[in-house]
Amino acid sequence: MTWEIHCTSSGKADSRRRGLSRNAVREARDFYLCILPWLVGFSGLTLGPMLVSFYYSLCEYNVLQPPAWVGLANYVSIFTDDPLFWTALYNTAYYTLFSVPLGVAGSLALALLLNQGVRGVRMFRTIFYMPSIIPAVASSILWIWLFNPQYGLVNRALSVVGIKGPLWLADPVWSKPALILMGQWGVGGGMVIFLAGLQSVPRHLYDAAVVDGAGAWQQFRHVTLPMLSPTVFFSTVMGIIGSFQVFTQSYVMTQGGPLNSTLFYVLYLYREAFEFFHMGYASALAWILFVILVGFTALQLRLSRRWVYYEGDLRR
Amino acid sequence: MVRDGTKRQDTCRKRRRAEGIAMTALIYLVLVTGSGVVLTPFLWMLSTSLKSYDQVVTPRIVWLPRPVVWSNYARALEFIPFWRYLGNTALVTSTCVIGALSASALVAYGFAKLRAPGRDALFGVLLASMMLPGQVTMIPVFVLFQKLGWYNSLKALTIPAFLGGGAFNVFLLRQFYMTIPNELCDAAKIDGCSNFGILLRVVAPLSKPALTAVGVFIFVANWTDFFSPLIYLSDQERYTLALGLRLFQSLHSTEYSLLMAASIVFSLPILIIFFAAQRYFIEGVTLTGMKG
Repeated sequence: MTWEIHCTSSGKADSRRRGLSRNAVREARDFYLCILPWLVGFSGLTLGPMLVSFYYSLCEYNVLQPPAWVGLANYVSIFTDDPLFWTALYNTAYYTLFSVPLGVAGSLALALLLNQGVRGVRMFRTIFYMPSIIPAVASSILWIWLFNPQYGLVNRALSVVGIKGPLWLADPVWSKPALILMGQWGVGGGMVIFLAGLQSVPRHLYDAAVVDGAGAWQQFRHVTLPMLSPTVFFSTVMGIIGSFQVFTQSYVMTQGGPLNSTLFYVLYLYREAFEFFHMGYASALAWILFVILVGFTALQLRLSRRWVYYEGDLRR
Repeated sequence: MVRDGTKRQDTCRKRRRAEGIAMTALIYLVLVTGSGVVLTPFLWMLSTSLKSYDQVVTPRIVWLPRPVVWSNYARALEFIPFWRYLGNTALVTSTCVIGALSASALVAYGFAKLRAPGRDALFGVLLASMMLPGQVTMIPVFVLFQKLGWYNSLKALTIPAFLGGGAFNVFLLRQFYMTIPNELCDAAKIDGCSNFGILLRVVAPLSKPALTAVGVFIFVANWTDFFSPLIYLSDQERYTLALGLRLFQSLHSTEYSLLMAASIVFSLPILIIFFAAQRYFIEGVTLTGMKG
């Protein structure tokens, strides 16, 4: 009797264990079935092409003839014998240096204002967000017209206050500032993200700060800013990656001119690849861009330890 | 003495209230001015699109067109097969929404709810791939699509959508799925539901807001995409709206009223979608920001 019970119960446990592992196997199988589209896409359209792109960067390749191995020649000539590469890198760095900090500060400021319990938050949010969804080609065409030196609204408005506006897109000194200014029109895109971040800051932290006698500025400095630092960090990292890839504006508005002053990195890469069919050279340019961006991101991750606050830190 | 104290307290409170009102007024002033600055280009675009040539090139700032030249719109559309481009864009965009939404919903489910060896490592790879600049893969993908005969065909723009649905969308949906209690999935499993059944009957229905947000994202990204059509489409017949507008611009670079009319018409569909799906759209952006 005891033996029987023992037997059946052990049999049950056994089958349960076997069932569990069968379940686990089935779950693992289903997992791989689920992510199959991504696995195919990742290996076929990301990982594979990445390796091939690196191979191309060591070749001369014009699509019509098979790639011919040239070793590091593309990289050597980019760094030693290509003034346009340095121009494009300088223009892109200039653009990034101004547009990312301005964008982050501007969207944070707008979000802070909207978070003060004002009425009509939804309306303001919609208005500020609108420029972000206008197709880049359409907004580029609009800004060509706004920046028109003679009839454009920008210079007409400046002349009302007695300033003679520059030639903007036609002036090599003002063309980059013009594009940076235009980019700030879309500041509402980042604002929405900051607004979400602000709304997730727990109310009780402010209450505690008030009890401790903190004023508005101290609340901002010691509660809002630390709690928002992950959002600031995220926006900065993604902003730099995005602005290093700026393309459509300069392609549509200035074609890189005047005097190559808006020849941005990806526009230069695009020309090398799809206008001159220097696929090997363009691949080398792409890899240099990749290394620059990885470098920037790694650097920011390192620096972020000093200023980014994660909620998990509290518990540790 | 006591009365003096309350009086002092009173003036103090009054002053604080006055400060609060001044502060609020200042905030509204900045917000209203900011909105004005953001809206002005839109209004200028609209105003220019309805002006006669004379009014476009007057040295004064003219906001109200007189006469209102509605025919600018008819003329702008005359030069460009707008309806054909609209059709191409709608076809590409709807295919991409279906493909990328179903693919990312499925992939995200795997990453959020199913346990398997290697899952976390693969998810790390997926996250890392979000930061990869497209330029690194663009050229070999271009060569590959050309060999497959997809050059100058809408296939090059749509088929990739089915393969994974975009790392960013997967990430977003996975974050949302994680908030669905596992107990619900387990209960469905006990009732005999398969893993895929759980996705269809439990997880997806509970994720409608996130799925809608991601759908709108995919829609906007593909509708406004300029780069892929630029490198893959050579035949003007196959152009999407973004390329068509660029073509229009290269042909009529000085006729600003026509350019503005064309830009408005080309942006209108996306503006309509934005206002219709605004809630989901901003919620979606919100979702990305929180977990960033």
